[in-house]
Amino acid sequence: MLKQIEGSHGVSEAVALCRPEVICAYPITPQTHIVEDLGALVKSGKLANCEYINVESEFAALSVGIGSSAAGARTYTATASQGMLFMAEAVYNASGLGLPIVMTVGNRSIGAPINIWNDQTDSMSVRDAGWIQLFVEDNQQAVDIHIQAFKIAETLSIPVMVCMDGFILTHAIEGIDVPEQKQVDKFLPPFVPRQVLDPEDPISIGAMVGPEAFTEVRYIAHQKQKEALKLIPQINEEFKKIFGRDSGGLISTSNTEGADTVIVTLGSVIGTIEEALDEQDEKIGSLTIRSFRPFPLEEIRSALQNAKRVVVFEKCFAVGIGGIVANNVRMAMSGTNIPVYEVIGGLGGRPIIRKSLHKLFKDAVNDKLEVVTFLDLKKDVVDRELEREKQLIQSGSVAENVLRDGGVVNAAKTT
Amino acid sequence: MFQVRIHGRGGQGVVSAAEILSVAAFIEGKHSQAVPSFGSERMGAPVVAFCRIDDKPIKLREPILEPDALIVQDPTLFGAIDVFAGLSKNGYLLINSKRSVEELGIADAIHLPEDNARLVPATEIALKYIKRPLPNAVLLGALAAVTGVIKIDSVTEAIASKFPGKIGDVNIQAAESAYKLLSHNNQEELTC
Repeated sequence: MLKQIEGSHGVSEAVALCRPEVICAYPITPQTHIVEDLGALVKSGKLANCEYINVESEFAALSVGIGSSAAGARTYTATASQGMLFMAEAVYNASGLGLPIVMTVGNRSIGAPINIWNDQTDSMSVRDAGWIQLFVEDNQQAVDIHIQAFKIAETLSIPVMVCMDGFILTHAIEGIDVPEQKQVDKFLPPFVPRQVLDPEDPISIGAMVGPEAFTEVRYIAHQKQKEALKLIPQINEEFKKIFGRDSGGLISTSNTEGADTVIVTLGSVIGTIEEALDEQDEKIGSLTIRSFRPFPLEEIRSALQNAKRVVVFEKCFAVGIGGIVANNVRMAMSGTNIPVYEVIGGLGGRPIIRKSLHKLFKDAVNDKLEVVTFLDLKKDVVDRELEREKQLIQSGSVAENVLRDGGVVNAAKTT
Repeated sequence: MFQVRIHGRGGQGVVSAAEILSVAAFIEGKHSQAVPSFGSERMGAPVVAFCRIDDKPIKLREPILEPDALIVQDPTLFGAIDVFAGLSKNGYLLINSKRSVEELGIADAIHLPEDNARLVPATEIALKYIKRPLPNAVLLGALAAVTGVIKIDSVTEAIASKFPGKIGDVNIQAAESAYKLLSHNNQEELTC
């Protein structure tokens, strides 16, 4: 049924339709509305046969989730930002133990300095933890991919993160077609756990694994991710048959055929990028990565092989090297002579606007891009702080200096 | 596409206004997108929310930089932020105030066709019907009257869906009152 609702609300309805049996929740902006709505659904009885557990931290949220999943319950949780860091050990445990938990990440930056706004640093901080990571473009996809996520997770017995841009999607109210319960029941069979902790038949899982077997366990985890490269498009096809909507599988492309320049990105920014591309005349294609883990090397390479240049636009970066997505795309393009430029934008919620994108596109087609570009960087503010640091040993806090130099607030004084 | 930017302060229902407007457009079978400006909203702090309405799906996710209509729920914002930034030349402006633009000291900042810039005593209307100084529904009624971009019936239906029961009822009365007032297109009545 088509409804005009908040993205978070759409996700909570989608999760409820998947009949989770345990939801462990600890609120953190911007995912809070999702777990609040689920709490209300459980309390009202609309979501039956589900235990909703309020916990004391994100570490507990996922640790309880590990327990409930190991006990054979379909398990869901959500987090963001510092919450992801606080549960980091459990993130690795969930995947290491092969537990098919589904977790929403309302993508948000990581501090310090504290910042509640959107970028994708939180998901990226655990990109190699062994979870499948699916990034969604809009709220319809957020709903549809959550339903697919349970099936992907349970088929392979590995956990899935559904990554949706915080605020930009979680707080946006737009039209969402929320599926019917009977459609979801047809698509998603009851959870049959590959391993189960049962007091009637006690076993232990998660015991010590020494050098004699650790490599093999890790190798199998990698193989499962490779299997997911086949499974994700298959499940998308199954979904399409029942629900009539295509969520794109591993990647989606637009106008890449015959385009010299292709913009590669992930998440909701593709909407603004496509609008900006429609407003200009250059032949520029776009590629959106839905599955960041597993990373679809072959699909990306094949989609980009006829381009003359690739521009990766990402809302995250690895301090000390550069773009994270860009470096993964370079791996896909290795052996070709196609240059991969990286553009970092939208950090800590800085709006990504068409005006800046138009200049970026122009620079890209004219080969005027630097290898790394920070979109809309306030160079004067940066230079001023770097100069201050040269002049003064006790130059003060960078964040407060930048806030003051940027005219944002009358922040802490420096000498 | 028609873009509305709503300015106000935390507690005045700015975000709800954008949501209600988007639901009203949805009721009319249009595509719409409502988004709050993202911040640590709290009572009294400046808050901005956006609503886009279009006949085709809306992909754009940048903040509304060039609004077709601007709703200002709190006239004390003029000194604090550049409320008028990007307002289209043929755009619409609705300000919650019983004072004139001259009295508000913003006459020089407004370059719009005469009937497009309107002052609405929204707080007074809200106090009459809702008994609380919540100008958001009132200004949506005014928006329906002045721009025609949305029907008043869609606005009231959207209010009823967001606030079922008594709260919705009084907000609907307030919105309809503003709609009637502004539909008369009579400047004198606006100084009530």
